[in-house]
Amino acid sequence: MSDFSSDFWAVYIALITVVSIIACAMLLYAYSTQRVATGAETGTTGHTWDEDLNEGNNPLPRWWMWLFYITIVFALAYLALYPGLGSYAGALGWSSKSQYDDEQKQAAAQFGPIFDQYARQDLKMVAADPAARAIGQRLFLTYCAQCHGSDAGGGPGFPNLRDNDWLYGGEPATIKASITGGRNGVMPPMGAAVGGEEGVKDVAHYVLSLAGRTHDELRAARGKSKFSTLCAACHGPGGNGNHALGAPNLTDDVWLHGGSERAIMETITKGRGTALAAGGVSVMPAHKGVLDDAKIHLLAAYVYSLSQPATK
Amino acid sequence: MSQPLPKLAAVNSPVEVDLYEVRRTIYPRAVHGWFASWRVALVLLTQLVFYGMAWLTWNGRQAVLFDLAARKFYIFGCVFWPQDFIFLTMLLIIAALSLFLFTAVAGRLWCGYACPQTVYTEIFMWIERRIEGDRLARMKLDQQGYSARKVLLKAQKHGAWLALSLWTGFTFVGYFTPIRTLVAEVAGAGLGPWETFWVLFYGFATYGNAGWMREQVCKHMCPYARFQSVMFDSDTLVITYDDQRGEPRGARSKSADRTTAGLGDCVGCGICVQVCPTGIDIRDGLQYECIGCAACIDGCDRVMDKMGYARGLIRYSTENAVHGGYRERDILRHALRPRTLVYSAILLAVTAAFAGLIYLRVPLKVDVIRDRATLVRETNDGLLENVYRLQIMNTAEQPRQVVITADGVEGLQLIAPRPVDLPAATTLMVPVTLRVDPAKTSAGSHPVRFHIEDSGDASIKADEKSVFFVRK
Repeated sequence: MSDFSSDFWAVYIALITVVSIIACAMLLYAYSTQRVATGAETGTTGHTWDEDLNEGNNPLPRWWMWLFYITIVFALAYLALYPGLGSYAGALGWSSKSQYDDEQKQAAAQFGPIFDQYARQDLKMVAADPAARAIGQRLFLTYCAQCHGSDAGGGPGFPNLRDNDWLYGGEPATIKASITGGRNGVMPPMGAAVGGEEGVKDVAHYVLSLAGRTHDELRAARGKSKFSTLCAACHGPGGNGNHALGAPNLTDDVWLHGGSERAIMETITKGRGTALAAGGVSVMPAHKGVLDDAKIHLLAAYVYSLSQPATK
Repeated sequence: MSQPLPKLAAVNSPVEVDLYEVRRTIYPRAVHGWFASWRVALVLLTQLVFYGMAWLTWNGRQAVLFDLAARKFYIFGCVFWPQDFIFLTMLLIIAALSLFLFTAVAGRLWCGYACPQTVYTEIFMWIERRIEGDRLARMKLDQQGYSARKVLLKAQKHGAWLALSLWTGFTFVGYFTPIRTLVAEVAGAGLGPWETFWVLFYGFATYGNAGWMREQVCKHMCPYARFQSVMFDSDTLVITYDDQRGEPRGARSKSADRTTAGLGDCVGCGICVQVCPTGIDIRDGLQYECIGCAACIDGCDRVMDKMGYARGLIRYSTENAVHGGYRERDILRHALRPRTLVYSAILLAVTAAFAGLIYLRVPLKVDVIRDRATLVRETNDGLLENVYRLQIMNTAEQPRQVVITADGVEGLQLIAPRPVDLPAATTLMVPVTLRVDPAKTSAGSHPVRFHIEDSGDASIKADEKSVFFVRK
């Protein structure tokens, strides 16, 4: 609890607090009566302003004094029950953490049955339920939209979840596995392996040709052989990708890191997701432990529904 | 001083005196008359509204309900959201200005007739009179020792007070939890901890303030009581004892001629002091304790009637009227003076603005939250996209269908669900995408506007601005 190595400050604060309260009580007691000379005029303080404006010295009501005493009793009771006296935790054992846990428990009890009802259903069934999708969308906007965008359209380095192109597979169970366990996509730097800048450019033009983009026929032909020896292991001989490895399909026109000649060359030269220096790590963080299974279930169903024609 | 200095103490020997004064119980005498009737009427009216309105229903829900948990405030046909806070602000400004105006014209009208402290004290005093009797009976009862009769009377009084207080607390909470639900909860002993607390707290406040504290609240707790004097001037109608007519005061037989006896109209009966709920003598002039209840006017008028003198020895009058010789006509004419005219003008303007804004209030609100993690992204066709979340609020109690449009940049395309179904009284988060051809625009931020319009009723629409970012 304490950030200090000794108890000195806790004792010091507790002492100041208690002494102050006692001093307040004594002050109040001492000043609840006053010794005055018999027959002395106590109606005014004797101060006069603007010739005839006298400052009254009227007694406060007695109940007011009791209010002061009540505040002192309240302070003592509060300090006994709640943390306030140095490192003393209070008789109730209350802390902001325990309050948070209590509220979490309350929320779980209140909303748990709603989530559980969906958690028992098949993912495709959940995805077809508009109410479930609405919950899924709210979860998505809270936990996923920071990277994938509010519209799930992704961004540079973050996959678009609305198209039907999947790095690791678009089956509901696979999507759920991606959210639960996370993913770590790595494209190794191939610059040296494909033969320096010219080699990279050749391979890049072959990749452009696979996707049906404008390319240099000659370079593409030169790049093809390099592709089949060096790239096909992951991306497949036809460049169709591999869901098991998370290797993207290069024949569609969907680009995670950009589809221009320059972007593709950069991807081949430096790789992707290997180090922060090379444009960041391509990591989808694991949400197991962050979200419970019922919430991941709803999220997976929502993400699945985004690319389905019936619910798109 | 609560304890008068002992008279036998040796001169100049110091004595202990209390710096805190014990409250002196005031036993106001029952009063009847024009102003007392007005107060009774206002007590009945305000309490009929307070105790009764909670039970009204409107479109299948409680007519006036402040649902704090859902942050929706139902007042008959209107549902107010936290975003409508400006209306509460305006209402408070109107209330404050009304107070200023009324006070400038006729003093503490609010205090004397409508303030809850006065109203509940009046009800509690009525109960007290019914059980313990009027002033003299109550004083006698309090002076005598405890007897079976005294205990019975006191138990009856406090029992009735507590019952009314609990009912008041219950009604108060009934504006925050539907009162019929509350009845069921009380009947089934299922009242929540906070509901229980507030019923008891508000009940205790009613019992304590109206039963025990009474004028102490006005004298020592009420802030308004302390700043009202700045709204008084020499033309403000205040309850005034006409000392020129009344003095010298003195007892006399009804048949005696007061002029030959050298007496004024005041017979020195002390009724005006006995009826005063704050225990002051109005004949000493205007005092800060005076709540303007006019009980002394009613009391004095009855005595004047009995004596066969003209009424109004104590009356609503102004300083100028008493000391400047204004006649009734002059008093009325001076009610229209710069101070009251300015207050009235501001009050009218704010009230008109309030009514206008309520009338023009559209049951549709929208907020735009721009995606900031990815400022801009490129589609495969080379177009640029920005993503926004539209927080659309349907504040009405019926479902609605809206159409989203956007403009501001040439060739702007909107990708959004069309139309959007909004359930009754809900907030919906709608992610939308805007798309622009970078060849047709310049780099930088471009202002854009979103328009949300009801697909059936074009008069129900909301606009909100945002920006579209084009990268270099």
